Amino acid sequence: MGEITLQTQQTISTFPLDVDDNMLVVNFGPQHPSTHGVFRLVMKLEGETVVDAVPVMGYLHRSVEKLSESRTYLQGVPFTDRLDYLAGMCNNMAYALAVEKLAGIEIPERADYIRVIMFELNRIASHAMAFGALANDVGTSFTPLLYAFRDREKILDLFEMTCGQRLTYSYIRFGGVSRDLPEEFVPMCRKLMDEMPANIDEYERMLTTNEIFLARTKNVGILPPDMAVNYSVTGPVLRASGVPYDLRKVAPYSVYDRFQFDVPVGTVGDVYDRYKVRLAEMRESVKIVQQALRDLPGGPARASLPKVLRPPKGDAYAQVENPKGILGYYLVSDGGPNPFRSKIRAPSFINLTALKPIVVGHKVADAIVILGSFDIVLGEVDR
Amino acid sequence: MDTINHIFGIINEGIGRALAGFLPDWVVAAIMALLAIAAVILFMTVVVMSQTLAERRVLARMQDRWGPNRVGKWGSLQPVADVLKLLLKEDIRPATADPIMHFLAPAITLMPALLAYAVIPFGQGMAIADVNIGLLFLIAVATLPTIGIVVAGWSSGNKYSVLGGMRAAAQMISFEVPLVLALISPILIVGSLSMTDIVEAQGGWFGLRWLVLAQPVAFVVYLIAGIAEANRTPFDLPEAESELGAGFWTEYSGMKFALFYLAEYLNAFAVAAIATTVFLGGWQGPILPPWLWFFLKAYLLFVGMIWLRATLPRMRVDHLMSFCWKGLVPIALANLIVTGIGISVYHAIVG
Repeated sequence: MGEITLQTQQTISTFPLDVDDNMLVVNFGPQHPSTHGVFRLVMKLEGETVVDAVPVMGYLHRSVEKLSESRTYLQGVPFTDRLDYLAGMCNNMAYALAVEKLAGIEIPERADYIRVIMFELNRIASHAMAFGALANDVGTSFTPLLYAFRDREKILDLFEMTCGQRLTYSYIRFGGVSRDLPEEFVPMCRKLMDEMPANIDEYERMLTTNEIFLARTKNVGILPPDMAVNYSVTGPVLRASGVPYDLRKVAPYSVYDRFQFDVPVGTVGDVYDRYKVRLAEMRESVKIVQQALRDLPGGPARASLPKVLRPPKGDAYAQVENPKGILGYYLVSDGGPNPFRSKIRAPSFINLTALKPIVVGHKVADAIVILGSFDIVLGEVDR
Repeated sequence: MDTINHIFGIINEGIGRALAGFLPDWVVAAIMALLAIAAVILFMTVVVMSQTLAERRVLARMQDRWGPNRVGKWGSLQPVADVLKLLLKEDIRPATADPIMHFLAPAITLMPALLAYAVIPFGQGMAIADVNIGLLFLIAVATLPTIGIVVAGWSSGNKYSVLGGMRAAAQMISFEVPLVLALISPILIVGSLSMTDIVEAQGGWFGLRWLVLAQPVAFVVYLIAGIAEANRTPFDLPEAESELGAGFWTEYSGMKFALFYLAEYLNAFAVAAIATTVFLGGWQGPILPPWLWFFLKAYLLFVGMIWLRATLPRMRVDHLMSFCWKGLVPIALANLIVTGIGISVYHAIVG
């Protein structure tokens, strides 16, 4: 275990890295403007070049999995909002699908369509945030972030109008959704989706061809496809490396098999590709929402369920393509009102494992940009 | 009209005459010099306050938001509130910091920033000291804040500060070279280092003799190098927020932080003021009083810097260095050579 002794005899822990001469060990985080939360990265620097890096996680651990084992299935829903708090709807969906599988619940068709609309709207909001945060990590003075917030705000307004919440929705529940869409939702959403492609063009005009941005992101933090697969990286990070693996296409859940959309993939697997893939995915999500709004069937938005759900003995695993990657929910039931065991496969957490090998050898500034391009949310990394 | 043009000179003379009635000459001269210095420092502080407000408001509008608008009309008293807050804040010195150097660093940074304004002609005959090596003095003084920043980075006892300080040293020393090279070409044309001479050489012909027209390349190189000298986006690496927290000023709070902030804005405005003087005809312009023209031009350049900040991402250390040494320096050198040859040819023809 390493320690630095300072003149004042005060010591600072540099665990888990040992200190050599001529090397600077920097504690990047847990309090730092670019860690996207309370992530800690201990970096060993030679000049400005990273020679070694160790991610330290767990500063936001709340024991979500264990807590939900002592609560009923319905009480477990709010925990999911607080995993990846930029994509609450998507987390709700994974949990709802797992419980439905476990208890064998059939849901009305309208609920499926509403779920898809919410899921994709949330993906746009989450990617907008990822775009803005990456731009900030590259060093812009908040301009792209605030432009992205302008559109994210409108999506949050739609969510608020539907379920009363802007961040912790608990809207998608097993058996359907908590309530039907309000009347104004469809026209407002349609209008926003018509504006969205032009807004994404605006994002692109700000950065995509900017010389400094290209110099900062092209060929930086390359994640080769085989390495991405070996580290079981998922989501836009995997697809930017050129692997067209998207659950919505490969193993469609809900009603995704009924929509036309493409899976954008990158070629090099650098930061720039991840940025491009996210923007392209926003465009695809817009298409999906438009199709879902067009085909939205009538009828009830939720199935009738008993007050307290007691699924039969057994286990179920459901996974969805979250904005960050594949979110999996594994539930085991012993026949009681609480899950006997619940386990979450968090995409940010697993994507982060690929961080160290690609950060080493880059400059400090690049390390931050690479972390930004992974688009992690600490609520999910530490659960 | 003439009264307004020379209003500050007239006030100056009036005070001088009043004092001369009952004081010996050398005391009057000393008092007058101190008064002029105090006036410029006070005035520049106000300018900096207006700059911080302008930066926040303009940046906000460019980013689709309002900016400060609660304190005073259009947030006009926001800088006053900021200064009050900074004055009242606790002054924190980390246990690992070097007490003396940590205390001195803000002063070392601020002093040269203020010194630069000693030779800038704000209007006709409105310079504290109209020395015949004015531009040389400016170049010399502009190098000094680097020392303060390195001292601040080193003495804070914080690794991010050290990184920031080192970046600042590397960056400012490198960009000094194209900056000076870009300023030499106009000097060659004018044939004088005095700021007043440079301004007066650009008079008449409805602004067609402004050196920006004769030396567009030098103007652009100077502005880029100047923005880098002033540590502004896209060259704000020493304080790169997303990488180093706040770089060399991470460990500063209260009034010491405010002094750094003041120095930074003074430097940024000095870059704009020098560009105005050397390339944009200084205080010369029609109808409006000269001192107003000077500030209009300088402010316009400063707003340009805000615009850059709203638009551009930050460069990386190694890109920055190669951009300086492989891009700006050769361009500035080539420009200098072409200018030199042009002047020789001109003299050979005209005699």
